[in-house]
Amino acid sequence: MSTGVAEKTQKTIGGIRRKFAPWNDPQAVPLIRYQNVTKRFGEFTAVDNLSLDIYEREFFALLGPSGCGKTTLMRMLAGFEDPTEGQITLAGQDLVGTPPYKRQTNMMFQSYALFPHMSVWDNIAFGLRQDRMEKGAVNARVEEMLKLVKLETFAKRKPHQLSGGQRQRVALARSLAKRPKVLLLDEPLGALDKKLREETQFELMDIQMELGMTFLIVTHDQEEAMTVADRIAVMNHGKLVQVDQPAVIYEHPNSRYVADFVGDVNILDATVETVEPGMVTVRPAAAPDRRFRIAQDCAVKPGDSVAIALRPEKMRVELDPPGDSSVNCLQGEIWDIGYLGDLSIYHVELPGGSRVKAAKPNLTRMVERPITWDDKVYVSFTPDAGVVLTS
Amino acid sequence: MRKGLSWFNVTSIALGFTFLYIPIILLVIYSFNASRLVTVWAGFSTHWYWQLFQNQQLLDAAWVTLRVAFLTATVATVLGTLAAITLTRYGRFLGRTLFSGMVYAPLVMPEVITGLSLLLLFVAIGLDRGFWTITLAHITFTMCFVSVVVQSRLVTFDRSLEEAALDLGCTPFRTFFVITLPIILPAVVSGWMLAFTLSLDDLVIASFTTGPGATTLPMRIYSQVRLGVTPEINAACTILIAIVTVVVIFASIMTKRQEAERQKAERLAAAG
Repeated sequence: MSTGVAEKTQKTIGGIRRKFAPWNDPQAVPLIRYQNVTKRFGEFTAVDNLSLDIYEREFFALLGPSGCGKTTLMRMLAGFEDPTEGQITLAGQDLVGTPPYKRQTNMMFQSYALFPHMSVWDNIAFGLRQDRMEKGAVNARVEEMLKLVKLETFAKRKPHQLSGGQRQRVALARSLAKRPKVLLLDEPLGALDKKLREETQFELMDIQMELGMTFLIVTHDQEEAMTVADRIAVMNHGKLVQVDQPAVIYEHPNSRYVADFVGDVNILDATVETVEPGMVTVRPAAAPDRRFRIAQDCAVKPGDSVAIALRPEKMRVELDPPGDSSVNCLQGEIWDIGYLGDLSIYHVELPGGSRVKAAKPNLTRMVERPITWDDKVYVSFTPDAGVVLTS
Repeated sequence: MRKGLSWFNVTSIALGFTFLYIPIILLVIYSFNASRLVTVWAGFSTHWYWQLFQNQQLLDAAWVTLRVAFLTATVATVLGTLAAITLTRYGRFLGRTLFSGMVYAPLVMPEVITGLSLLLLFVAIGLDRGFWTITLAHITFTMCFVSVVVQSRLVTFDRSLEEAALDLGCTPFRTFFVITLPIILPAVVSGWMLAFTLSLDDLVIASFTTGPGATTLPMRIYSQVRLGVTPEINAACTILIAIVTVVVIFASIMTKRQEAERQKAERLAAAG
């Protein structure tokens, strides 16, 4: 869609993204700091003694189910809510008590909140005019923003004369026009259909890269968070459960909650048998006659109860037994099949009655002997596929 | 109109309209009667309209009424809008139930009681009755109508619009005037028109709170009718009806056209 921006950043995008990791740099000074922030609404605690650092130029996602406090956390940065306790600083300045109209943050609202009685042009110019920016400069900036979101020909339209996708772009242009220190995006793509949403996600990343701004996005859509963000904070009950890069969140979840919330997963209860450096052997409760060997260093001792998280796409499902079927292999019957086109999801029932999911890419159009219902199958995985979860 | 309108529907519509409008149509017809006797038709004439414009008393009354109605509608709109904002925006505050009860009391209170209690108040505080007491009384009883109309609009108002304005650097005070007010303006204008018409045709409350030198048109007409209905009164009423009809039709056409344009634009946007 935004080919111009894409072409310009194509050469650098990988370089920038690969090197960008200020959170690992002890010298880096965070742009936004939440320090022991608590927010209560009457009896309900929306945000619970939370501390979080976000760095300049970062695309940061707050991910969680509705009611987990992610929107409240963002609204406190915008100034629509004041924390009950704790401190929020932006570029070293304490924000608590500063009204929203004096903060250098701008927000793109879930409902877009375009002013219905103003044209696209006036909507985008609104914030600039509040700052008493000189007229020529306002015009130049609005032109630039319209170009950025590819709506040059729509300047005179009113919001109700635009499609949903166009409105979304106007909202984005309006919130970017003042060049805020931080752009806050509250479920920005929730109202768009799937295809448009995916396109827009990449566009957002390009725009963020081009303007070199800090973006903070709130979403309940884990795919969206994984696509756009440099780092994701997974939230639950007003607390941060895990804060890390998307790949770490997905491949090394630190708890059942994160493993379950982000992506599809099989979680199997197990008991630790032996612990060696870099390898844990466990006995799964669903198939006590078998053993799982998981390549992981973790602080457990024999006899501990743990959970093993296994992503369906890392499980191989086959009709013939693999070489060594005593380790990291389960035997069962196909209970059901979900055909998704690119993948098929096989639900395999184990002898104990519990079920696991295994995904298999449909690499060829025809298979000589497809796996079908009630087939006896072997589900296997490699030692580095599983994750031992202690909480 | 929908197809297959049954005879029952047609009859009930016809009867309904007849019941509502026959008296008014008769009044309009007889205002063009050449005869002095109201009920005897003696040919078409605009004589009574000429007569009307020479009747200084009626003209004075009309002028008082218009001034009262204009002032009432304007002040009641400001107060009613403020009350509506307070009731929708400030959640639960101490005395909210009492406040909303007080705002809406005149809506259900019999006019005689409103008029009498206001009269007692004006006497008690020693306010000279006349133009200003009528206006005050009218503001009191029309404010709640404005408040109801504006409140129903505010309930569906998307608060994030105001938050967006604040977020973009607009102070709360300015936000009200550049964002909130323009968006709720149609409701505020219809509130104003409602207050204006209510004040225009009020007889009971005006009679209680009036004093020497401040006679409104409904009061003047009523007192003249007690001495016998003259075609002149018919003419005056016809003019009043014409004014009200024009205002109401104008207002409804305006809202309808706006709505139609919005829908058309939305269809175009959805298609494009």
